[in-house]
Amino acid sequence: MGVEGIGARVTRKEDKRFLTGKGRYTDDMTVPGMKYAYFVRSPYGHAKIRNIDATAAKAMPGVIDVLDGKQLQADGIGNLICGWMIHSKDGTPMKMGAWRPLAVDTVRYVGDAIAIVVADSSGEARDAAEAVVIDYEQLPAVTEAVAALASGAPQIHPEAPGNLIFDWQIGEPDAVDKAIASAAHVTEIEIHNNRLSPNPMEPRATLGIYDTAEDHYTCYTTSQNPHVARLVMSAFYNVAPENKLRVIAPDVGGGFGSKIYIYPEEIICLWASKKTGVPVKWTSDRTEAFLTDAHGRDHVSKVKMAFDANNRITALKVDTIANLGAYMSLFSSAVPTYLYATLLSGQYDIPAIHANVRTVYTNTVPVDAYRGAGRPEATYLLERTMEAAARELGVSPAELRKTNFIRSFPHQTPVIMNYDAGDYEASLNAAMQAADWAGFAARRSQSEARGKKRGIGMSCYIEACGIAPSAAVGSLGAGVGLWESAEVRVNAVGTIEVLTGSHSHGQGHETTFAQLVAGRLGVPIESINIVHGDTDKVQMGMGTYGSRSGAVGMSAIVKALDKVEAKAKKIAAHLMEASEEDIVIENGELKVAGTDKAVPWFQVALASYTAHNLPSGMEPGLKETAFYDPSNFTFPAGCYIAEVEIDPDTGETDIVQFVAADDFGNIINPMIVEGQVHGGIAQGVGQALLENVQYDANGQLLTASYMDYAMPRADDLPSFSLSHQNTPCPSNPLGIKGCGEAGAIGSPPALINAITDAIGHDRLTMPATPMKVWQALHAAH
Amino acid sequence: MTKVTLTVNGRTMSGECEDRTLLVHFIREKLGLTGTHVGCDTTQCGACVIHMDGHSVKSCSILAVQASGSTITTIEGLAGQGELHPVQAAFKEHHGLQCGFCTPGMVMTAVDLIGREGGKLTEETVRAGLEGNICRCTGYHNIVKAILAADAEMAGGRQAAE
Repeated sequence: MGVEGIGARVTRKEDKRFLTGKGRYTDDMTVPGMKYAYFVRSPYGHAKIRNIDATAAKAMPGVIDVLDGKQLQADGIGNLICGWMIHSKDGTPMKMGAWRPLAVDTVRYVGDAIAIVVADSSGEARDAAEAVVIDYEQLPAVTEAVAALASGAPQIHPEAPGNLIFDWQIGEPDAVDKAIASAAHVTEIEIHNNRLSPNPMEPRATLGIYDTAEDHYTCYTTSQNPHVARLVMSAFYNVAPENKLRVIAPDVGGGFGSKIYIYPEEIICLWASKKTGVPVKWTSDRTEAFLTDAHGRDHVSKVKMAFDANNRITALKVDTIANLGAYMSLFSSAVPTYLYATLLSGQYDIPAIHANVRTVYTNTVPVDAYRGAGRPEATYLLERTMEAAARELGVSPAELRKTNFIRSFPHQTPVIMNYDAGDYEASLNAAMQAADWAGFAARRSQSEARGKKRGIGMSCYIEACGIAPSAAVGSLGAGVGLWESAEVRVNAVGTIEVLTGSHSHGQGHETTFAQLVAGRLGVPIESINIVHGDTDKVQMGMGTYGSRSGAVGMSAIVKALDKVEAKAKKIAAHLMEASEEDIVIENGELKVAGTDKAVPWFQVALASYTAHNLPSGMEPGLKETAFYDPSNFTFPAGCYIAEVEIDPDTGETDIVQFVAADDFGNIINPMIVEGQVHGGIAQGVGQALLENVQYDANGQLLTASYMDYAMPRADDLPSFSLSHQNTPCPSNPLGIKGCGEAGAIGSPPALINAITDAIGHDRLTMPATPMKVWQALHAAH
Repeated sequence: MTKVTLTVNGRTMSGECEDRTLLVHFIREKLGLTGTHVGCDTTQCGACVIHMDGHSVKSCSILAVQASGSTITTIEGLAGQGELHPVQAAFKEHHGLQCGFCTPGMVMTAVDLIGREGGKLTEETVRAGLEGNICRCTGYHNIVKAILAADAEMAGGRQAAE
């Protein structure tokens, strides 16, 4: 381990610009002649548009134009797509309703975009938007998934009768039913996974620039995957061919999934820039973010878990209804299917699993991947069920888990996944020790003496990351491959640029990726720059989500480095008249092993570019590209323990301690990994205790600001206790599993299990607000 | 349009703006200092915190015309060119930032907090002091650590000076 190489706690290269106000986010961009956009949005959950009259708005001060969906359609801009095809169990394809970037005849959720106003200032654009007169015919709305499936519910899309998008299943229903029928014990529970708004602190923004002379578009955007944005905008939305469209995602202030998708605003601002002849910038305000950023979760599930007489799980049966909102967002269909039900085996050896998933349209914001994406839903369901089962069976939660852990690898689950490595008991033991589980009874007595209720809960999670072999996801319906690309460019003086298709929006790639290169070549980390987020610089890439940048993105860099090193060794061998096989790279030098002969790295780089003395037939230059397609998912896993103290008078929950024990495989930068876990846990605590997207019956969003949607704040959280029990991942060259989502996956069930332990029954839904906890406590008496 | 004149980071700066222009938009759009951020519409998130006449202020909660004549420090002016204020240095050392968007407001709040309660901050008082600043990335763990470390270092510096 070098001081700057793999495993070192290197402070971040990107920090100085963020700490001194020199970060460059999309809203910071200005270009000559730039104007401001504001969107006219539906104030109704469901309505017909009878007429749009922009006459008065167009006459307002500073207004350049007001454009609507009919004009957009006339110019051939396409509808938004969902990029993952799911078939129902009867073989029919998912029923996708049309999602027009600007609604033409019907609006389906509060916030649905109808027209764009372009004006000299953002204030003038906003004023004029208020003057656009729209004649609506209000229609009945439905916001809850279960209600949307009921007969007589308002119909949202003509393409999807009964609001049913698909009725999908995985696993073996007959084997599961048989096992349940002959079980010694069956635990039944209904699980609600609440709806959340991702809320990266940087609101979405986009700047569309059309260049008349070159017939070329530039799109600055808050994206986690600018290349996918360009691909989709070119291939499906007909904005421009790829060679005429440059997408730049500069510094991006957090994503958590919500910035994966290509939203209407990017497309419309590019189109509006051509229409108006001026660059057009739009920046979401926070209320717009609540109204339009894809939401996460929103499942209702019925669960049956069957046990034999030895408390071994014999079967799991799950029936889930997932709310996908008013339109199918880009990866919305994959989240409650292949990212969810394939993880329902958890850390346990379960011989038979069957999951049925119905997805439903409602008059709400589209729902898609949010930190964890399907895996938090699976983990919450399983771990709450395990807790309930342990109580029913009269065994400790740890004992029930240990009885059922998978202990040999590879392990094929009944739901597609093939786990490659892990040691679940190691994490469980480490977490219990760190939490002093054995001392809990004494602590509970002390709390009781003070009139408080104390509870402890655990959760053993597994997730699938590094998504994934392209052929595998393709066979499951994905519209894209999920490899990653890298280019390693060695400059003539030996400094290095690494171009990556991954995108950093807080993860610190500029540091960790540079650590990999510094460690391999022994050159200073300052001599390495990581370039990302610009389709003109990086050829192609799939972006950052699903904890894939380490396992997939860095593996691509490894492959490119292998090629660079191979060529550098050839040059060094030639320069030193040695055999290529004898060359080793150490401390910034290429050495002949076992001798004192060496050439510095920069000299080899220079030789490659002067090309005065290269091996015969070798091309000049030192630059290599690689694409890496993973051979499997990776499987981070761990055990989280929460301990809470509840004030029975107020229902307020105090998190007394939170312990995380994770297996992430090999770790590049422990400091950054710990930061990822802290942030993930905070979001999980938010889901468990604070956050909830709430609609009224007409589809009005009641939680559309930080006054109404409870974000976790510093004084809501404790400091966290972390540890790692790593088993290297055998499926990629670095042995990395990924760490970005674990915290958000593992923490909600640990907290709710702790609270239900304190209150003495498990009739509690997230978020466990003081009111709900107080009511649950009183219900128990 | 009204002319607003401010002393910003030690320099006198002027600009014309509408009466309704918020100070944060004036700083970002008229003065071109984009380190101060806007993360919400309801003065909840604190991404826009600056110092006005020596106190931390959410620059989204004050009109630019109200601020005319005042002395402002933004994140860009907290330390000399190329240098880091001890709080900025502590955020880097303790990984108190990830995406960087809330960071300028966090740092400006932390500097003010240490200025008011320096030398006697605890985890609890730091967490309470950050109530008006939202971070979605860090879970606050390392922000709290960084502020306590900066406080200790600055208190040490003050003691050494006395």
